[in-house]
Amino acid sequence: MARTRTWVSIALAGALGASLAGCSSTGGKRAEDARKEASAQGRAAVNTPRWTFAMVTHSGDGDTFWDIVQNGAKQAAVKDNINFLYSHNAEAQQQAQLVDAAVDKRVDGIIVTLAKPDAMKAAVARAEKAGIPVITVNSGSEQSKAFGALTHIGQDETIAGEAVGDELNKRGRKKALCILHEQGNVGHEQRCAGVKKTFHGTVQDLYVQGTSMPDVQSSIGAKLQADKSIDSVVTLGAPYADTAVKAKKDAGSDAEVDTFDLNAKVAAELKDGTLGFAVDQQPYLQGYEAVDLLWLYKYNADVLGGGKPVLTGPQIITKDQAAALEEYTKRGTR
Amino acid sequence: MTATAPAPAPSPGTKADERLVKTSPLRKLMGRPELGSVVGAIAVFLFFAIFADSFVRAASLSTVLYASSTIGIMAVPVALLMIGGEFDLSAGVMVTSSALISSMLSYQLTANVWVGVLVSLVVTLGIGVFNGVMLTRTDPPSFIITLGTFLMLTGMNLGFTKLISRTVSTKSIADMQGFSSAKDVFASTFTIGGVDFKITILWWLALVVVATWILLRTRVGNWIYAVGGGEMAARAVGVPVNKTKIGLYMGVAFGAWISGQHLLFSFDVVQSGEGVGNELIYIIAAVIGGCLITGGYGSAVGAAVGALIFGMVSKGIVFAEWNPDWFKFFLGVMLLLATLLNHWVRKRAEVTK
Repeated sequence: MARTRTWVSIALAGALGASLAGCSSTGGKRAEDARKEASAQGRAAVNTPRWTFAMVTHSGDGDTFWDIVQNGAKQAAVKDNINFLYSHNAEAQQQAQLVDAAVDKRVDGIIVTLAKPDAMKAAVARAEKAGIPVITVNSGSEQSKAFGALTHIGQDETIAGEAVGDELNKRGRKKALCILHEQGNVGHEQRCAGVKKTFHGTVQDLYVQGTSMPDVQSSIGAKLQADKSIDSVVTLGAPYADTAVKAKKDAGSDAEVDTFDLNAKVAAELKDGTLGFAVDQQPYLQGYEAVDLLWLYKYNADVLGGGKPVLTGPQIITKDQAAALEEYTKRGTR
Repeated sequence: MTATAPAPAPSPGTKADERLVKTSPLRKLMGRPELGSVVGAIAVFLFFAIFADSFVRAASLSTVLYASSTIGIMAVPVALLMIGGEFDLSAGVMVTSSALISSMLSYQLTANVWVGVLVSLVVTLGIGVFNGVMLTRTDPPSFIITLGTFLMLTGMNLGFTKLISRTVSTKSIADMQGFSSAKDVFASTFTIGGVDFKITILWWLALVVVATWILLRTRVGNWIYAVGGGEMAARAVGVPVNKTKIGLYMGVAFGAWISGQHLLFSFDVVQSGEGVGNELIYIIAAVIGGCLITGGYGSAVGAAVGALIFGMVSKGIVFAEWNPDWFKFFLGVMLLLATLLNHWVRKRAEVTK
């Protein structure tokens, strides 16, 4: 007993000593705290009542993109004195039930994504019947107005896909691979269809299991090994870009990897030339504007967009802009 | 527990055969498999009634009941199957398959929607028969067989939908003949005292009643318990084991058909990629409701209460406005607590016997 105790204390002392002696002069928590100092914080800038806004998205668990949307929404909520609630479920039926729950709670405003528009129709109608203003974000620009939402904020997925097709043409590509990481996501299908529409070469779709990175890597790798003529790989989400790069290296292919959306890794890889380009839809803006526009509506009956969707993308980001954005991606706002 | 203990030799002092001793109704109630889950459900309800002020509103409870019914419609037949000692991992995606079949068939043939609904019933039951026949004719356990079916259905859902509709979701059939009457049956709302309730709640209750009647009042019910309790013994006493198992898989398929039609008629478009992972939720609901993983024990009422607990917890967390990042963690903790309470109550009940 005594002996184990001695060993434990030696081990603890050793670990403590090592952690003190082995300070890193780069990165880590300290650098993060320094970045936090520089990012927006603050208190409410208005004296309107404390309204409650609920945001219900079709995101799965632990999704980088939606984290950035939430950061934007929370920042606007702080500024506008809003109690901000967030909930999400990838299953359409569950998401509709979450909107129902928000209506039952009698919140003052609802922000909802229409990735599966038909499934959300009844729930959104119920919100409007209860007199709760609704703003749609990210997906569902065609249905938003018909459902009676105030505004839609997001990117038109087809237009974004077309922008990628144009950029691939500029780069003289001939054969592209479009990586769909979610079975049955209409927005993803639209993106790949948009690429097909403007790209002069051929585009092949490849379905991968987005919830399992090793599967994504091996699927892309196998495809690149099977077809050496593929000269560009387009991923539909930032986390998958780096995986595609790894798969490309394994397969010994020299295809250029391009991606939709941004994160810190993508910005860094754009900067050092590992990735060709990214097409960004500014998720921070989607969250921020949604909360802010609901506030404006409650405060001043303002509606933005004149009945048309307010677009936050596509924005093509290449090596030249990446350096400036890298800092922002690290703090989780781009 | 259908087996009766062998009668001990009458000891001096006892007059009557102890098997004929009248048990009081309370005692009978204490011995039911669903008792623990009912206590768990009451505990969960009280918990959220205290911690989430919007939880006990009529509209909120309607949302909770709806969420529970969409799980419960599947949890009841899944519970019967588990009492019969088998699993069905294809139950989650089968719901989506069923909805896709009726939607695309009606659309492509430009037929009355009911045609698609009925064909879907036949095909879905066929999938159930396939599961049952594969299981009874071959060696591997149901876990493996239905895992194969699960993967095949997941692939076929997307493959066929892309092939036929050219996209990942079906085309809307809302403007076709028969849609509104089918919607009345599968996805309408009825109003009681100014509160809207979804019709799935009625389907759910109806399934519980039918399943309970089968289990407790018919020969088939005895077969199900016997098959789950011990297959060899059941076979030896002349229980049609294979027929019973195939029937149980058809029961799950029937539940999947109802759930699938509900999906289709409440949203009029079906997403091909959904349903994956729900099979575990149905199994969890059945287990919370007192079904044993090993078979031979459980009840339909228990499975329904298990679904209710799951519905209350998953929506209660939202009403309580807890941090969504921890949603799954809270869900796991609450379900564990409900199950432990259930287990503890059952142990106490067995002691008092």
